[in-house]
Amino acid sequence: MNEFGFPLLSLMLAVPMLGAIACLFANAQTARMIALAATTIDLILGIVLWINFDQSASAPAWQFQEYAPVFGRFAWALGIDGIALLLIALTVFLMPICILASWEAIQKRVGEYMAAFLFMEVLMIGVFTAQDLFLFYIFFEAGLIPMYLIIGIWGGANRIYASYKFFLYTLLGSVLMLIAMLWMAREAGTTNIPTLMAYDFPPQVQTWLWLAFFASFAVKMPMWPVHTWLPDAHVQAPTAGSVILAGVLLKMGGYGFIRFSLPMFPDASAQFAPLVFGLSMVAVVYTSLVALVQQDMKKLIAYSSVAHMAIVTVGLFAFNQAGIEGAMMVMLGHGLVSGALFLCVGVIYDRLHTREIDRYGGLSINMPRYAILFMLFTMASVGLPGTSNFVGEFLALMGVYQASSWVALICTTGIILGAAYMLYLYRRICFGEQKNADAAAVPDLNWREIVMLVPIGLGVLWMGIYPESFLAPMRADVRAVVARMAPAAPQGDARLALGKGLPAKTHSSHEAAGEAH
Amino acid sequence: MIDTASLAMVAPEEILCVGGLVLLMIAAFVGDKSARLIGWLSILVLAGAGLSLLGLPGHGGDAFDGLYRADAFGAFTKTLIYIAAAVSILVAPRFFESGPASQASVIRPEYPILILFASAGMGMMVSAGDMLTLYIGLELNSLAAYVLASFMRRDGRSAEAGLKYFVLGALASGILLYGVSLLYGFTGSTSYDGISAAMADGLSRGELFGLVFVLAGLAFKISAVPFHMWTPDVYEGAPTPVTAFFASAPKVAAVGLTVRVALEAMGSALDQWQQIVVFVALASIIFGAVAAIGQSNIKRLLAYSSINNVGFALIGLAAGTAEGVAAVLSYLAIYVVMTLGSFLCILQMRDANGNPVEDIASLSGLSQSRRGLAAAFAIFMFSLAGIPPLMGFWAKFLVFDAAVGAGLTGLAIFGISASVIGAFYYLKIIKTIYFDEPAAGYAPAGSKVESALIAVCAILLVIGYLFNAPLASVTYAAAAALH
Repeated sequence: MNEFGFPLLSLMLAVPMLGAIACLFANAQTARMIALAATTIDLILGIVLWINFDQSASAPAWQFQEYAPVFGRFAWALGIDGIALLLIALTVFLMPICILASWEAIQKRVGEYMAAFLFMEVLMIGVFTAQDLFLFYIFFEAGLIPMYLIIGIWGGANRIYASYKFFLYTLLGSVLMLIAMLWMAREAGTTNIPTLMAYDFPPQVQTWLWLAFFASFAVKMPMWPVHTWLPDAHVQAPTAGSVILAGVLLKMGGYGFIRFSLPMFPDASAQFAPLVFGLSMVAVVYTSLVALVQQDMKKLIAYSSVAHMAIVTVGLFAFNQAGIEGAMMVMLGHGLVSGALFLCVGVIYDRLHTREIDRYGGLSINMPRYAILFMLFTMASVGLPGTSNFVGEFLALMGVYQASSWVALICTTGIILGAAYMLYLYRRICFGEQKNADAAAVPDLNWREIVMLVPIGLGVLWMGIYPESFLAPMRADVRAVVARMAPAAPQGDARLALGKGLPAKTHSSHEAAGEAH
Repeated sequence: MIDTASLAMVAPEEILCVGGLVLLMIAAFVGDKSARLIGWLSILVLAGAGLSLLGLPGHGGDAFDGLYRADAFGAFTKTLIYIAAAVSILVAPRFFESGPASQASVIRPEYPILILFASAGMGMMVSAGDMLTLYIGLELNSLAAYVLASFMRRDGRSAEAGLKYFVLGALASGILLYGVSLLYGFTGSTSYDGISAAMADGLSRGELFGLVFVLAGLAFKISAVPFHMWTPDVYEGAPTPVTAFFASAPKVAAVGLTVRVALEAMGSALDQWQQIVVFVALASIIFGAVAAIGQSNIKRLLAYSSINNVGFALIGLAAGTAEGVAAVLSYLAIYVVMTLGSFLCILQMRDANGNPVEDIASLSGLSQSRRGLAAAFAIFMFSLAGIPPLMGFWAKFLVFDAAVGAGLTGLAIFGISASVIGAFYYLKIIKTIYFDEPAAGYAPAGSKVESALIAVCAILLVIGYLFNAPLASVTYAAAAALH
C-alpha cells in the first residue's frame, strides 16, 4: 500500500488484464467495446495518477509505491517517479487511439487482437512502474509475445519474416541483460531498483554490465546498426501495431538507459559515451538519407524514428540536465508524432490499400481536413518551433553541445535532413496534381479518424507551447540522475570559462599582490 | 533378521511392486477388458506410493546400510515421477483405442502395469545410495521402458523404436557398469560414501576413467549430447502416451540420479566432473536447438527439445552447489508440466477419422478451428522457449542464477545466448498454429480428462510464479538432503 491509500498502479494493470481475458471470450463487436472501455478507464486512471502525483520540491522521489513479496525471489514492487509518470501517460493516451484505429481495419479474429493489445498495455505500464529488477525484466521481455502475434497474425504480406526478426533480435538483446541482472542482484544483495540505482558497482565490472544492458536497450531503441528489425516490423505490422511500436515500445530502450545504464553504471556510461555518440551520429545522418529515398510511407517513418531516437541517445549521454530532459521530451514528442504519422498512413492505407507514395498525390484537394492534420504532424516531426519535437530536440542538442560540439553539429544536420524527407513526403502525397484517379476520389476523414488524430494534435501543440507541464514532473528526477553521474561525467569539449571581467578597482589588486609579497 | 525400519523406508517401491504384481494377476485372469479398471487402480497405487512419501520414506535417512536413501531429494523427484506416470496412464486408453481399425489395437492392461514397474525402478534410481542399487533401479526402469516403446507391436515404427532403445540402452548400461567396476576396483567400494571418501585425496587415473565412464553412461540415460542419438528415433516411433512418459518421468529420474551421483559419490572430485558437465550441457543446448530446426515431425521436434532442456538442467548441476541442485529440481518440476502439456496437445492431433497425425504442417491454422487448444499449445511453446511471464522462464532463470552464483558467468552467457536459437523452432510451431492458413481440421476433443489436464498444465505455467516461494523451500530442502 502507498501514501495514496489505494493500489492505483495495480489497478491500472488489472483493468486491461481483465479486459484482455474478457476479449478472448467475446464476439467481434463486444471485444471492440470492451477494449475501448478498458483503455478509456486506464486513461482516466492515468489522469488521476498525474493529478495526484506530487510535483513539489519536497515530494518523495518514488510515489504510489506498492510492495507485496509474493514471488519468492522477487517482489511485486511498483512505484513511479516523474520520468515513469510521463511515459505511462503517453501509453494510456495512445492506447484508446490504437483501439479506435483498429475499429474497422481489423476484421478477422477481433477478440484475440484486442486481447493482445490490452495485454500489451499491461506489459508497457508494467515496465514503467516496476521497481523490482526481475519484475521489470519479466514485463520487458513478455512484450515480445503479444507483439509477435500482432505482427504475425494481422500484419502485411511479409509478416512472418518480420515477426521472426522482431522476436529473435530483441530476445538476443535481452537475455544478456538478464545475466547482468543476476550478477547485480547477487553483488548488491537486493532486487530493488531504487536501491540498485544508489549502489556503487566496481568500475571494471560496470563496463561489462553496461555492455550487457546496452545490448538490450540498443536493440530496443533501436540504434544503428541493430535497427534493421524496425523497418521490417513497422512495415508489416497493422497500423495500431506500428503506433504502439513507435510510440511506446521504442521508449522502453530510452527508459532503460535513464533508469539503469546511467544511474547504475555512471563510470561505464562515461567510458562508452563516445561509442554512443559515434553510433548516434551515423544513425542520424545515415537513416535520414535512407528515409529520403524510401518509396514506402511506413518505411520512411520507420527510418525517421531511428534518426529521432539517435537524438535521444546523444541527449541521454550528454551527462547534463538539458540533455536528459531534452531526450525525454523527444521521446514523448516522438511518441505522439510518429504515432500520429502512422495513423495518417493508416487512414489512407485503409482507403487505397497501398503504402506506395507514388500512388497518391494532391490529397489536399479531396481530403482537406486530412491534409491539415498531416501537415501539423509533418511540421512537428521536422521540429518546427511551437510543436513538441522542437522543445525536445533543442534541449537535447543544447545539452550535447556542452559535451561535444562536433556531435551537436552532426546531429543537427539530422534536423535539416528530417525537414527534407518529411516535406518531400508531404509534397508527394498531399500536393501536386491528382495523378491517380482512385486516390483523387477517396473521402476525407470520418468522425472516428478525427477523434483519433485531433487529441494527438492538441497534445503536440501543448508540448510545444507550454512544455513546462511536462518538464516539471521529471525535473527533480533528472536532476537526481545527473547528480548521480556527476563524479564520472567526462570533460566536455566546450571549455566553459567564466569571463574575467574588468577589475572594479585597480588598487585592490595591487593590495592583494602586495600582501602576497 | 528383518530390518523393519528399512522396509518402512522403501514403502513407495513396495507399494508399487506389490500393486503391480496384484494387478498383473487380475489382468491375467480377467483379460483385456479389465484394462481401464487396471488403469484407474494403477493410478491409485501411484497415489498410495506418493502418499507414503509423507511418512518415513520422505525423511527416514539411510536404509539397508546405505544402499538406499529415503530423503527429501528422493521424495521430491519421486513425486514428479509418480505424477508424470499417472498422467501417462490417464491419457493412454483413448490413444490406443482410436488407432486404425486394421491394427485392432486396444489398450492392454499391461500398459499401466509396466509403468508401475518402471516407476518402482525410477524410485530406486533417485534413492540409490550405492552403485549397485542404482544399476538395479536403472535396469528395472529400462526393461519396462523397452517393452513400452514397442507396445504397439504390429506397428513397424514402434517395434523399431523398442529395438533401438534396447540395443543402445544396453550399450549404455554396459558403459555404466564398466565405469562402476573401475570405480570399485580403484576405490574399493560401490557405495557413494565410500567412493567419495576414496576420491577425497585426489583422483587416480583409474578413478578418473571410472568417473568418465559412469558419467557417459548416465549422459546416455538423460539423452545428453553426445549420447543423444537414440532419442529422436525412440520418441518418434513409440506410441505418443509412451513418448510423453519417456520425456517426463525417466528424464526426471535420470537427471535426479545424475545429480545424486555427481554430488554424493563424486562430490570430492567436483573440478573433474564439472568440466564434463559444462561441455555436455552446452553441447546439448546448442545441438538440441540447431537440430530441431529442420524437423517436420512434432514428436521428433520435442525429442530435440528434451535434449535441449536437459542441457539447461545440467547448467544447474554444473554449478555444483546446493543452490544449483535446487535449481535443477525446480527446472525438472516445471519441465514436467511443460512437456506433459505439450504431449497432451499432440494427443489431440488426430485427423477426421481419429488417426493420430504427427506432422507439424497439419497444425496450420489450428488457432482458427480449436482456439483453446491453440492457446494452450502456444503457452507450452513460449514456455519451453523460456519467454516470461510463463514458468519456463523461471526454470531457466534459476539455473542461470545458480551458475552465476557459482562463478560460471561464461557458461551462463553462452547458454542463454544459445537459448535464443532454441526459441526459433518453438516460434516456428506457434507460427504454424497462429499465422498459417487453416489446414484440414482435427477431430473434436472428445476427452474431458485430456482437456482438463491440458488446462491445468497451461494455467500452472501462467500463474506458477505465485508458488515460487513454496517451490523454493521444497527444492532447497531436497538439495540440502544431499551430502
